[in-house]
Amino acid sequence: MTDNTNTNQLTDYHKQKNKEEMKRNVISFALMIISTIIAFVIVGSGIMDRIFAVFLLFILATIQVAFQFFYFMHMKDKGHALPAVMIVGGTWAAFLTVFGLVAAVWW
Amino acid sequence: MNHDHIFNPKSLPHSPEKATLEGKNKFLGLWFFLGGETVLFASLFGTFIALRNSTAGGPSSEELFGLELVFIMTILLLTSSLTSVYAMYHMKNHDYKKMQLWLGITGLLGISFLGLEIYEFTHYITEYGFTFRSSAFGSAFYTLVGFHGGHVTFGIAWLIVIMIRNARRGLNLYNAPKFNTFSLYWHYIDVVWVFVFTVVYLMGKVG
Amino acid sequence: MSIAVSESSAKAQKRSIGAVLWDYLTTVDHMKIAHLYIFGGAFFFILGGIEAIIIRIQLLVPENDFVSAGFYNEVITMHGTTMIFLAAMPLLLGLMNAIMPLQIGARDVAFPFLNALGVWLFILGGLLLNLSWVFGGAPDAGWTAYAPLSSTSPGHGVDFYVMGLQLAGAGTLMSGINFLVTIINMRAPGMTYMRMPLFTWTTFITSILILFAFPALTVGLFLLQFDRMFGAAFFDVALGGNTIIWQHLFWIFGHPEVYILILPVFGAFSEIFSTFSKKRIFGYTSMIFATMLIAFLGFMVWAHHMFTVGMGPIANTIFSVATMAIAVPTGIKIFNWLATMWGGSVKLNSAMLWSIGFIPSFTIGGMTGIMVATVAADYQYHDTYFVIAHFHYTIVGGTVMGIFAGLTYWWPKIFGRVLNETLGQITFWTFFVGFHMTFFIQHFLGLMGMPRRYWVFLEDQGLDTGNLISSIGAFLMAVGVIVFIINAIYVWLKGEKAANDPWDGRTLEWTTASPPEHYNWKQTPLIRGLDCLWLEKTEGNGKMIPAHPLKDIHMPNGSILPFIMSLGFFIAGIGFIYQTDNKLWYIALFGGMAIALLTMLVRSVQDDVGHYITKEELKGEAE
Repeated sequence: MTDNTNTNQLTDYHKQKNKEEMKRNVISFALMIISTIIAFVIVGSGIMDRIFAVFLLFILATIQVAFQFFYFMHMKDKGHALPAVMIVGGTWAAFLTVFGLVAAVWW
Repeated sequence: MNHDHIFNPKSLPHSPEKATLEGKNKFLGLWFFLGGETVLFASLFGTFIALRNSTAGGPSSEELFGLELVFIMTILLLTSSLTSVYAMYHMKNHDYKKMQLWLGITGLLGISFLGLEIYEFTHYITEYGFTFRSSAFGSAFYTLVGFHGGHVTFGIAWLIVIMIRNARRGLNLYNAPKFNTFSLYWHYIDVVWVFVFTVVYLMGKVG
Repeated sequence: MSIAVSESSAKAQKRSIGAVLWDYLTTVDHMKIAHLYIFGGAFFFILGGIEAIIIRIQLLVPENDFVSAGFYNEVITMHGTTMIFLAAMPLLLGLMNAIMPLQIGARDVAFPFLNALGVWLFILGGLLLNLSWVFGGAPDAGWTAYAPLSSTSPGHGVDFYVMGLQLAGAGTLMSGINFLVTIINMRAPGMTYMRMPLFTWTTFITSILILFAFPALTVGLFLLQFDRMFGAAFFDVALGGNTIIWQHLFWIFGHPEVYILILPVFGAFSEIFSTFSKKRIFGYTSMIFATMLIAFLGFMVWAHHMFTVGMGPIANTIFSVATMAIAVPTGIKIFNWLATMWGGSVKLNSAMLWSIGFIPSFTIGGMTGIMVATVAADYQYHDTYFVIAHFHYTIVGGTVMGIFAGLTYWWPKIFGRVLNETLGQITFWTFFVGFHMTFFIQHFLGLMGMPRRYWVFLEDQGLDTGNLISSIGAFLMAVGVIVFIINAIYVWLKGEKAANDPWDGRTLEWTTASPPEHYNWKQTPLIRGLDCLWLEKTEGNGKMIPAHPLKDIHMPNGSILPFIMSLGFFIAGIGFIYQTDNKLWYIALFGGMAIALLTMLVRSVQDDVGHYITKEELKGEAE
């Protein structure tokens, strides 16, 4: 027998969904911690070449931020199209700003 | 018509933070604000990166930064992000007491983060003479990391206010959006910190 | 002071000045806030105009000594800063605040309290900036405040600039967020995005620009403030600072800012051309797309203000090409407006005259824009009167004419009176002729080598006649503005109350009273298509169909807190400015911040959920 999920009351279906989401969030958290540790280890041990290290650090940061936005802040869920657009727009403006300041200031 | 259905709803819907127009507006309003904050922090990051080598004969990032402290601070802030997720999980399940508990833990972790940061700044000022005025690098460092710290401080003050104000009320359609809005803001502070520790501290140590 | 008929009672109430003052101090109603923006903007427009007249008197003849060189620097700085931040922006924000909610069928904006906070921050920020005149001298580093002149300029002038703009800028950012959330969440049933009027669309896109552009200015101002007041080294080369950072941050804000200034008037013109040609706007979809493209490209061209700074040929070229690309969507819009008039039943009233006058004026501005966008040529134009001519053609020929047009068109809705048509035509013709007299000649002054921001020019350089004509034109513009003000006061005192729909309009705002009741409609209307009112006039019975039965209306409560919070920040601003002189001023700094933060606390802790207007009260009121 299926539940009527068309209600806005808190049903067992919603409780189950919440629990699954929480589990995904904990996994995200674990992955974030791991990526943080990797980042610190790369720098602390001095293993990698500077250029590769910077590149990898940036990738790790982006991944961690993606987890934060999409899972913790639910940006992957329904109803988040406009917030996503704003963050993308903001990121684009941010990128232009940083690029302009970094590349052009000491040219 | 009165506002009783907001403060004492007969039954709460499954997403109480977005059940009212006010809740929906606050949700969007905060996300847009965060879009603007992205550009704000980008300007600060850009300025920092442009000035990171302008040490004016003073200490540079390699000499100054200690990775262990920054690592602990990162774990504290990241964990506080998780605890706020827990709090929202309990809110969606209408378990007010557990929500309050996890929000409280979030606040404590945030305060610890701030404490360590204040210790860090004091250490630089007294041990190295590395101040806001000693070089362009100093100005840029303290402004960028300080603005982030300022946002954390504001967030903690906000949390304390809404927790105390709503301590005895139980969850309703009036305060649910407030907690949700705070939680989104708190996650964003962690997003910024990820870039701070990467760009300022890690890349600072790499050279 | 405007006494809008806004209470729920149908009988006009005679209210005391005190009651009106309190009403405006505590209002959160979008229409009254629009009044505040328009009065404030108009006041500062007059101040900026006086500053312009002083400039033109000084430049009437060669080597004039009407004002000193130092004072001249203050006047040009304040003219630019006032006109852009305290006149044009607020007048536009006022129009958007008044009309956008009416066009989408909303009763108010999403955050009425924040709306009030925004307007008071603007008013007090503008006041703070202008206090500099009497407290030791106004800022004198140009409206662009380039470092290191701005970071080292003695006295407190630039400090007033920093604090005044931080306050006013914060208000604008709040309005941007407010408008976005309102348009997304609070449209009436049936009002899809593609049925929104173009003025609402441009409000939407302008608000996105505000959201992403103002934070860069905020940071730039903070850096300048830290350098000046707290000894930071961002722009101090001796300690490793870099002055170009200011230029980048300022123009990353500054270029989108000029699109913020023009897009709302593009929307207003679309409404006016359509209404007074009795024809739907030509190319509605392409208009929206063009506006989005202008906004997007507008973020990628800022360094065209910095071609001569030394970024290198590759960077310069990229910015040059991106700048020229913006001409394409703008051109699409110009042709669409012309095509709207073509074949329409055109009525040449003052609003339409402003709109038609805008087309060639703005196009000339755009054309010289392409000229200055050409890097190699710009090395000759930069910092000459050619650039001044270019941007006055776009800002005055575009934004200011658009503001006159929009105010004339929407005056009945906002103030309940129709402006006098004869006086309107006099305003237009004197201003239009004066404008071209003043600025067309400046193209040639620039080509002849006259530099900008110089307090004198020398004789026997061929510049005398041009400057004389330019100054006479300025006086004509002043006459036009004065006639407009006389017009406004005259119809307030003598004119009849305006009808709901004096222009036979096409969009939703014309279905409310002029001015509307504070709840706008008794019942939210149902939208059945683009130009929804025109649809009902041609296919229905001329009135909107209600979207729901009569029910209680939820409205927000007024509050004095926005005013007090702004006052707190204002006092803190003064504290920030003077603490370098004397530590006692820290009392003002911390005291002001405490007032502001306490007000935030009170607001957070108060349970202000608004009030209901019951349906019985509504039934009792006249239609």
